[in-house]
Amino acid sequence: MTRKSEETRRNGAVALRLTDEQFEQLIGNLLRGGVIFAALVVLIGGIFYLRRHGMEHPAYGVFTGEPTQLRYVDGIIGWAREWRGRGIIQLGILLLIATPIARVALSLCAFILQRDRTYVLLTAIVLAVLFYSLMKGGSL
Amino acid sequence: MNNYFFTQIVFCTGLAAGLLGALTGLGGGVVLVPVLTLLFGIDIRYAIGASLISVIATSSGAGAAYVKEGYTNIRIGMFLEIATTLGALAGAFLAGLVSPSSIAVIFGMFLLHSVYMSTSRSHQLLPPTQPDPLATRLRMNGNYPTDEGPRQYYVTGVPAGTGLMFVAGSLSGLLGIGSGAVKVLAMDRAMRIPFKVSTTTSNFMIGVTAAASAGVYLSRGYIDPGLAMPVMLGVLVGSLVGARILPKARTDYLRRIFSVVILLMALEMIYKGIWGKM
Repeated sequence: MTRKSEETRRNGAVALRLTDEQFEQLIGNLLRGGVIFAALVVLIGGIFYLRRHGMEHPAYGVFTGEPTQLRYVDGIIGWAREWRGRGIIQLGILLLIATPIARVALSLCAFILQRDRTYVLLTAIVLAVLFYSLMKGGSL
Repeated sequence: MNNYFFTQIVFCTGLAAGLLGALTGLGGGVVLVPVLTLLFGIDIRYAIGASLISVIATSSGAGAAYVKEGYTNIRIGMFLEIATTLGALAGAFLAGLVSPSSIAVIFGMFLLHSVYMSTSRSHQLLPPTQPDPLATRLRMNGNYPTDEGPRQYYVTGVPAGTGLMFVAGSLSGLLGIGSGAVKVLAMDRAMRIPFKVSTTTSNFMIGVTAAASAGVYLSRGYIDPGLAMPVMLGVLVGSLVGARILPKARTDYLRRIFSVVILLMALEMIYKGIWGKM
């Protein structure tokens, strides 16, 4: 197969579902939607947090670290379901972290549709590193 | 000072950092961490945690606008992201091992480098005319829209660029910043990618890189919701406003003042770090 016809075939595979332009539009909307949604959740959590802890004094001069529940995905969801402000803020932050991850996942789909094996592999590695960090916190 | 008041002034600080970061192109993180630690006396680990979250917000917020212009080279970005995300993990690990004072000193030196980079006028390197075999194999060459139609460009120096990207990722994970300056350095100087393509692709990568270290920060307890909330919301609003007024703003003067401020903060961070006051 000549180089040119291979190129056409690859582009054709995407055109079946989405044109490149539509795909870019989708990514742009995903990014904006993800950030706005995450910011709203953080804002709502902030209101709950301040109503409960607003009159307390901030103590960030000495590092103590966050409670265990606010460090991992399941603990954060647990606090958020009890409508605890700090849990909701942390949930919004998780959604924010998920936004670029979702973008990488979408790129993976695009490369699969284009049957670009090299980039399917490369993107899968990036995605694995991101999941490893978020789920395991980088621990083994 | 109670949390109500604290939230308000931290929000305003984030707003100013996001605005200045967008207008000067230096990013919000470089000013945020020094202000939070030096002015508010916040432990540097909480400060870099909150800063990292705001970096993800601004990267994705600005990325939505860039992506529609069609300059981002997704293949270059994805290839280099292997280096930046692994670097970010390494940097985030390192942040847990070295003392806060050392982080302050490294941060100060990074600020000095950023100021130097933003004030020195770089002479434009000639774009490569011959395709590079490795870059061609990785299908990195592309084109970007100009007034005279799409313009073809070739990419070179893939190994050097990848190495620099690992450094950029490590700095991002260690200091809680986007380290866009190092990313642009790798893409402009080492890989000779056209400016418009390198800035937008670098922005795409910043969010992914920061997301890689965010998980480690979260599990170490560096991300405090009470601090991250006003910082993230402030920087997000500030950077969106900044991006909107950027085309009309006169930024030369602003950049000069900003450079002096960053220079002073860099010296103070190094001083305090060395004398163990962080």
